[in-house]
Amino acid sequence: MTRTLSLRRRLTNGFMLSLTGVCTALVLGILFFILGYIAYHGISALDWDFFTKLPKPVGEHGGGMANAIVGTVKLLALASLIGVPIGFFGGVYLSEYGRKNTFGFLIRYAADILNGIPSIVMGIFAYTIVVLPLGHFSTVAGGVALGIMMIPIAVRSTEEFLKLVPASIREAALALGLTEWKVVSFVVIPTALRGIITGIMLDLARVAGETAPLLFTAFSNRFWSRGWLEPTASLPVMIYTYAVAPYDDWHRQAWAAGMVLLMLVLGANLLSRMILHRQLRG
Amino acid sequence: MKTILAAVFVMLALLGSAWAEPMLINGAEATFPYPVYSKWFDEYAKINPDLHFNYQSIGSGGGIRQASEQTVDFGATDGPMNDEQMAKAKVKLLHFPTVLGAVVPTYNLPEVQTELNFTPQVLAGIFLGTITKWNDPEIAKANPGAKLPDKLIIVVHRSDGSGTTYVWVDYLSKVGPEWKEKVGVGTSVNWPTGLGGKGNEGVAGLVKQTPYAIGYVELIYAEQNKMPSGAVRNSDGKFVKASIAAVTAAAAGASKAMPADFRVSITNAPGEKAYPIASFTWLLIPEKIADPKKGKAITGFLKWMLKEGQGLAPALLYAPLPKEIVAMEEKAIGQIKY
Amino acid sequence: MVLFRRPGVSPADRLFRATVFTMAVSVLVITGVIAYELVRNSRLPIEKFGWAFLWGTTWDPVAERFGALPFLYGTLVSSALALLIAVPVGLGVAIFLSELAPRWLSDPAAFMVELLAAIPSVIYGLIGIFVLVPWVRNVLEPALSGTLGFLPLFRGAPYGVGMLTAGLVLATMVVPFIVSVSREILMAVPHSQREAILSLGATRWEMVRVAVLPYARSGIMGSVFLALARALGETMAVTMVIGNRPEIRLSLFEPGYTMAAVIANEFTEATSDLYVQTLIEIGLVLFAVTILVNAVARLLIYSVFTKVEVRE
Repeated sequence: MTRTLSLRRRLTNGFMLSLTGVCTALVLGILFFILGYIAYHGISALDWDFFTKLPKPVGEHGGGMANAIVGTVKLLALASLIGVPIGFFGGVYLSEYGRKNTFGFLIRYAADILNGIPSIVMGIFAYTIVVLPLGHFSTVAGGVALGIMMIPIAVRSTEEFLKLVPASIREAALALGLTEWKVVSFVVIPTALRGIITGIMLDLARVAGETAPLLFTAFSNRFWSRGWLEPTASLPVMIYTYAVAPYDDWHRQAWAAGMVLLMLVLGANLLSRMILHRQLRG
Repeated sequence: MKTILAAVFVMLALLGSAWAEPMLINGAEATFPYPVYSKWFDEYAKINPDLHFNYQSIGSGGGIRQASEQTVDFGATDGPMNDEQMAKAKVKLLHFPTVLGAVVPTYNLPEVQTELNFTPQVLAGIFLGTITKWNDPEIAKANPGAKLPDKLIIVVHRSDGSGTTYVWVDYLSKVGPEWKEKVGVGTSVNWPTGLGGKGNEGVAGLVKQTPYAIGYVELIYAEQNKMPSGAVRNSDGKFVKASIAAVTAAAAGASKAMPADFRVSITNAPGEKAYPIASFTWLLIPEKIADPKKGKAITGFLKWMLKEGQGLAPALLYAPLPKEIVAMEEKAIGQIKY
Repeated sequence: MVLFRRPGVSPADRLFRATVFTMAVSVLVITGVIAYELVRNSRLPIEKFGWAFLWGTTWDPVAERFGALPFLYGTLVSSALALLIAVPVGLGVAIFLSELAPRWLSDPAAFMVELLAAIPSVIYGLIGIFVLVPWVRNVLEPALSGTLGFLPLFRGAPYGVGMLTAGLVLATMVVPFIVSVSREILMAVPHSQREAILSLGATRWEMVRVAVLPYARSGIMGSVFLALARALGETMAVTMVIGNRPEIRLSLFEPGYTMAAVIANEFTEATSDLYVQTLIEIGLVLFAVTILVNAVARLLIYSVFTKVEVRE
């Protein structure tokens, strides 16, 4: 049964459908442009000094961001200490005990709300609970801000991956006489472990690029930051301060830092996709 | 899982202890003297490897606030604290002048290669938003022969609290009643017009990137970036370009009659050669320092700054302190207790 | 559905449950404490300005008179502008990926669009300052004022930095949220819906318009609200390109200011307790607005998926 379509309807059809294609091309084009532009400026700007030297005094040529790289690593380590346990066990709760009850819904909702809180507000929060009592800016304050930001995604991704574990596995383990916590710890979690770790890795990559929550918590530092109670430099904050400044050499280093940060983030994304792909295949 | 955790802990322990050697003295402070301070702290760290002064270039607003709240060990500012701020601070803060600097109008006019002259009225007019075009007759009158474009002026000012702003608006309110009435003086003010840039760096960056923009920055920021800086008409009616000599001339009066607490403004100073938008810049040091080691470190640095440090200033276009003031400050260091 | 409902749980089980439960509860607690801290630390301006804070237009640190309206306005307008661009484009991409593109193209393309969301915002700011701002100043703004200059929206000096640029950057940053959520929702629309209308002789576009989009409407609205919440709270990229002027201007060429940006710029510089707490109160307002928007978004999205689960 074929009905002849009016020309108008056919034209509309063709036009609207190709428009959706144009939109897709546009968005992907922007992505490739950004990646290409950063790579173009970043590769020529990267040198050995960037990874090994401290920043030079203002306006002098050269120097690097070694302290900011270490600072970012320290901040992420601290953030994981806060974000991973809460996120992980919270996710276990949601998947194993809170699938359909009101409390589970509440926590899921709270996690989504927490995820939506603007990062700058997280900075204020860490300022009020860490910087004010301590009396000064510190690595710890930055780590707290980033750690709390990690929680919601860690909760939700852990939950999702645990849910993928078939109920039959749980039942089989229970039937073997294992107690509840052993079933969860030694059967369910190991089955989903790869996915869970991937989720946390993505989460880390996301907070690694956060700038706003660090501005008045971790602050910045021209030198090495010792221990955990001193302010520390970090890559994203360095990019910000260097980008808005007028010095050409700082712009060069901002591109280099942008490139490093981007590789970190994209690397984590690609890696996680590969891992998950393999897992889904078996 | 266990190995990952173990690795994390080992890493944390390593990171926590690896740089446990030098003592860090934290400061939050003005961007106006940032170039010379970062040079000083770099040099000082070379002589005293066990001491690091972490100086973050934020604004004087931050410098005053963080020092008052004692979130940092010392602060810095280009506008002296006012009496109210002094009263509110948790500790008594002492002002120590370090160098003298100049705030210059800098602009981005692709067509104009010559350096422009500015009268106080023109500067006030531009920043009040009453002079809006580059070919305004007021500007043209001060610049005979310059080919001024028929373009809108894009004003750039600081978005953060800043001593550079303080010096700039302190000057504008001294030369025109309209500014004093409408805007007032402070480290951040309610700007009638313009874009905001963060820090001296941010303003210089915005002006450099935006054709037909004008902003105000510390002299060194204009020089390092090869941006033009205008000459400004001083109270004797002469157009003067900012330079070390012109700034020193502006300080001549102040060095004869310096108040004991060093809080003094030298904008619109008299003298034929004086550049009118100049200022001391100060370190804010708490009178009582709890940690004797830090106290020793800070006073040690101050002494070095007054001797060797002064020698590094001219290369960065800051004027060294007049001798009389250095002598006064060396005595004042004794007020710091630790 | 509680998975374990056996009588006689061992003490170890109880301990495990307690641990897991505590961690889960802490998610709730932390969210609550954030709200509490924000309120507690903005007492001064709340007492001093009251509700008038929200519609005050003066931002005068010298006289310590503060009003949040210019920041509210800047936040809302820049986000609205972003949605105006991102919603049609994002929906277009979602339709293309779910209805037209073959699977081998759709999945990797969706992944790449999501990469846009993974790029740190400071990098958007970097590109914004060095690429977008000059382009807007030299190309887009002259073109707009040349063609649409009769509208007060497109008048004034081409600064480059300003509301328009902020809107463009934000649009790019929120597109992936619209695409990924909408695509999933479109794919969740039952096949029977599509087949029914196609068998009536509709074109594919008509199928999308009549059968698919209405079915997914509330979910798509959810994705839009999600993107809105994201745009409202975005800090760095906006701060770097919006011009930072606390003033309400009709023209999109003019610089503006957002709530997040003013906190980022002025927080460490604020000279008095009142000033700092005022900035915290702005954070509180931002927090309240984003929570509201997020709550709506989540409810809308949840509703679609429960609808689908029930029907299928």
